[in-house]
Amino acid sequence: MQIQPILAALRKHKAGTVLIALQIALTLAIVCNALFIIHQRLAHIAEPSGVDEANVFVIENMWGEQYNTQQAAANVQQDLVTLRNLPAVQDATQSDSYPLSITSGSDNFITLKADQIEPTTDATVYSGDEQFVRTLGLKLIAGRDFRADEVQNAGQRDVVVPAVTIISKALADRLYPHGDALGKSFYSMSSTPVTIVGIVETMQRSRLGAWSMPYAEQSMVWPLRDASPLGVFYIVRAKPGELAAAMQEAPKALYATNRMRIINPKDGLLSFAQVRHRAYDSDRGMAILMGLICMVLLAITGAGIVGLTSFWVGQRHRQIGVRRALGATHRDILHYFLTENLLISLGGVAIGIVLTFGLNLWLVTRFQLGIMPLAYVLMGVALLIVLGQGAVFAPALRASRVPPIEATRPA
Amino acid sequence: MLAYYLHLGLRSLRRNPILTALMVLAIGIGVASSMTTYSIFRAVSGNPLPEKSAQLFAPQIDIWGPQSRAQGRDLPDSLTYTDAVALMREHKAKRQTAIYPVAFTAIPRDASSEPFAVSGYAADADFFPMFNVPFIYGGGWDASQDEAHAAVVVISNQLNQQLFGGANSVGRTVHLDDHDYQVIGVTADWNPRPRFYDLNNSNGFTDAPDFFLPFTRAVDMQTYTTGDNNCYGSAGRKPGFEGWLQSDCVWVSYWVELPDATAAHAYNNYLEAYAAEQNRAGRFHWPPYVTLQNLTQWMDYEHVVPPETRISLLLSLGFLLVCLVNTIGLMLAKFMRRAGEIGVRRALGASRREIWTQFLAEAAMVGLSGGLIGVVFTGIGVYGIGLVFEPDIARLAHVSAYLIGLTLLCALVATLAAAFYPTWRAAHVQPAWQLKSN
Repeated sequence: MQIQPILAALRKHKAGTVLIALQIALTLAIVCNALFIIHQRLAHIAEPSGVDEANVFVIENMWGEQYNTQQAAANVQQDLVTLRNLPAVQDATQSDSYPLSITSGSDNFITLKADQIEPTTDATVYSGDEQFVRTLGLKLIAGRDFRADEVQNAGQRDVVVPAVTIISKALADRLYPHGDALGKSFYSMSSTPVTIVGIVETMQRSRLGAWSMPYAEQSMVWPLRDASPLGVFYIVRAKPGELAAAMQEAPKALYATNRMRIINPKDGLLSFAQVRHRAYDSDRGMAILMGLICMVLLAITGAGIVGLTSFWVGQRHRQIGVRRALGATHRDILHYFLTENLLISLGGVAIGIVLTFGLNLWLVTRFQLGIMPLAYVLMGVALLIVLGQGAVFAPALRASRVPPIEATRPA
Repeated sequence: MLAYYLHLGLRSLRRNPILTALMVLAIGIGVASSMTTYSIFRAVSGNPLPEKSAQLFAPQIDIWGPQSRAQGRDLPDSLTYTDAVALMREHKAKRQTAIYPVAFTAIPRDASSEPFAVSGYAADADFFPMFNVPFIYGGGWDASQDEAHAAVVVISNQLNQQLFGGANSVGRTVHLDDHDYQVIGVTADWNPRPRFYDLNNSNGFTDAPDFFLPFTRAVDMQTYTTGDNNCYGSAGRKPGFEGWLQSDCVWVSYWVELPDATAAHAYNNYLEAYAAEQNRAGRFHWPPYVTLQNLTQWMDYEHVVPPETRISLLLSLGFLLVCLVNTIGLMLAKFMRRAGEIGVRRALGASRREIWTQFLAEAAMVGLSGGLIGVVFTGIGVYGIGLVFEPDIARLAHVSAYLIGLTLLCALVATLAAAFYPTWRAAHVQPAWQLKSN
C-alpha cells in the first residue's frame, strides 16, 4: 500500500483530518487518565480489612442514661454475655471503633524514643479485650493474644496507657523494618513505653481519608474495655451462614436486657458488607463515573469517525469509481480507507500521548493522583487504534463496493 | 429571511438524519455530563452565608510549635479550651463565639416514647446574631446567660415538631441526658451548607443540628466533644475532664465577626500579641504564629470541595470539549457538502453575511435540540448521581430553573462556537469555482 497518495489526499482535507486527529488525541488523554483513576480506586477498594467479613456485624450502642465508668463497664460485660449466649452468635467483643468504620476511631502519633519530638508515624488505636482478635477473625502471625488480666477499663478520654499492644504487620514493618518487632516497644503520646506482644497479618485502619494514605493499614489494639458514658461498638461474629439470624436476634436481646439504650435504626446495626460498602462509597462512585465517561466518550469518538468517513466516501464516489475502473480491487479500496484512518489515528495518538502525560502531571500536582505507568498509555493507544479501524470499517466496505461505472457518471 | 433560513436548515438537517442525530446527541451528552457534575460542584462550593462571609473569621494559633508542622502537617484548625476561653474573656471582636459539637439522649415526656439521640452544638450567645440564625419562636440567649451558665436551649424546628408537635415551646422544658433545659428559642429550618462553622469536624453536609446550648453550661455538665479532639506530643495530661480542659488538645472551633478590614487587621495584631504573651509566660517556646481567615478562605483551607468533585467536573469539561471537536468535524462535512448550493446562492447575489446567517441558524437549531436532549440527560444524571457521589453530597444536587436555563444556554453557545469555523469555510466558498465544476 502506497502511503504517498493517501497523504496527498489528506492534504486536501486538512481541517477534517486535523479535527479527527485532535478528537483522538483528547479522547486518549481523557480515557487513559480515567482508566488510571478507575484502577487506583479499585485497588483501594480491594484492600483487605483483615476481618472475617462474611460473618461479622457491628452494633453501635449508645446509652440512654448517664453511667459512670464502672457502671458502663458492667453494662458492657452484661451485654457481651447476652450476645454470646445467642444461638447464632459465635463470639462478641467491644471496641471504640472497628476497621473501615470511617465515622469513628482515633489515631495516635508514634515515636521510637521517649523524648522524640517529631513523630515516627501514625496509627489507628482500637481498644480491645482478649476476645477482640478472635472475634474479628484477625490472623495472629507472631506473638500472642491479650491475657484477660492485661485488660483494663477506660472511661471517656481517660488517660490509660497500657504496657502491651498487638499491632498490624504494616505498622510492625514501618517501626522495625528488619522483621524483629515482636517484644520491642515504642511510645504513643505518652512517656511510658508500650511493648509489642502480638502481630496480626492485616488490620485495616478505621478512617481512610486521603490524609491517612502514608499510614495505610497501620493500626494497633490496646488492651482496654471501652467504658465511655456515650456508648460502645459491639463487634459480633455469627456462626458460619447464620449472619442474618444473628443480626436479627442481637438488637432484640440487647433491648430485652436493658431498654435505656439507643441503636440508631439508620446505621446502628451494620453487616460488615454494609460497612465496606459505606467506607468505599466515594471510590466506587468515582470508578463508576469514570467508567461511564470512558464508554460514552469512546462511543462518540467512534461515531464521529464513522460519520466523517462516510461523508468522505460519499464525496469521493467518482474518484473511487475511477480507481476501480483503472484496475483497483475491492481490497485495494478497503485498504486505502483503513490505512488513511490508521495514519490519522497515529497522528492523533502522538499528540494524545503528550496530552495524556500533561493531564496526568497536572492531576498529580493538584490531586496527588500518582504518576501513570506507560502500560496505560500503550493500552489506550491500542484501544483507540482498534476503535478507529473498527469505526472506519463499515464506510470503507461501502466504498469498496462502489462499481467502476461510477467513473463515467458526472460528479 | 430568518424564517426562511430556519426552514432551509431544517430541510438540510432532515437530509442526513443520522449525521444530525449524531451532532445533537454529542452536544446533548457533553453538555449534560458537564451540567450534572457542575450542579454538584456548585452546591458544594457555594457560599453558605454570602451576606456576611467577608466579616466572619476563624483564627488559628500555633499551639504546638514548628516541629508539629513537619511531615506536611498544618496549624491545628481548632483551639485549645484554654485559648478559646481566654479569647472569649478578652472579647476583642465585635462578636465572637466558641463552638463544639455535642450529642445527648433526648428523653420524651411521655414514658411510652423511646429515648432518641440528638446532636447539636455548644456555643456562645453571639452565635445567633453572628450567623443570622432565623427563629420561628423566641430567640437566642444573651451574654448574661452565658455568664450565669444558664440551663437554656435553642431547639430546631424539627426537634420542636418531634417533642412539642410544632407548638410554641418557649418556656417549656427539654430533658437531655438526665438534665432539664428551658427552651428559649426555636430556629426555623437552618442548615447552611457547607456548615462552615464545623468544617474542622465534619464534611459540612450533614443533617441540621437539633439544638444549641450555652458553651459554659456544656462544660459545666462535663460534656465531651463528639467532633475531633487532636492532641500532640508525648507529655501526657492530667486525668479526667479537668485534665482534658487544661491539656494542649485542640477541639474548640472559634469564630469572630469583624466588620471591616481595619478591624480584621487589628484583631490579627491582637492575636499575635496574645501568642507573644503566651511566649513570655513560658507556655509557648517559639515565635508567635497566628492566622486569621475569612469564611471563604476557610472553606478553601478546609478543602470543602472533595477532590472527587473537582476531578469529575474537570473530566466532564474535557468530555464536552471532545464532543465539540466531534461536532465541528461533522458540521464541516455537512456544510462543505453543500458547496454547490452555496455557490449558486452567492452567484445569485447572496452576501457572505447572508451565508453566515443561514448556517449559524442551522447550527442554532442543532444547539437548541442538543440543549433539550441535554436537559433530559441532566435530569437523569442528577437523579442518578447518588450512585456516584456520597449520599450527603449527592442530595444537594437538584434540577432547578437555573440549571435548565444554563444547560440550554451552554448547548447553544457551545454549538455556535463549534459552528464558527465550518460556517467561515462555507462563507468563503468561491462561487465561480463551484459553478464551473458543476
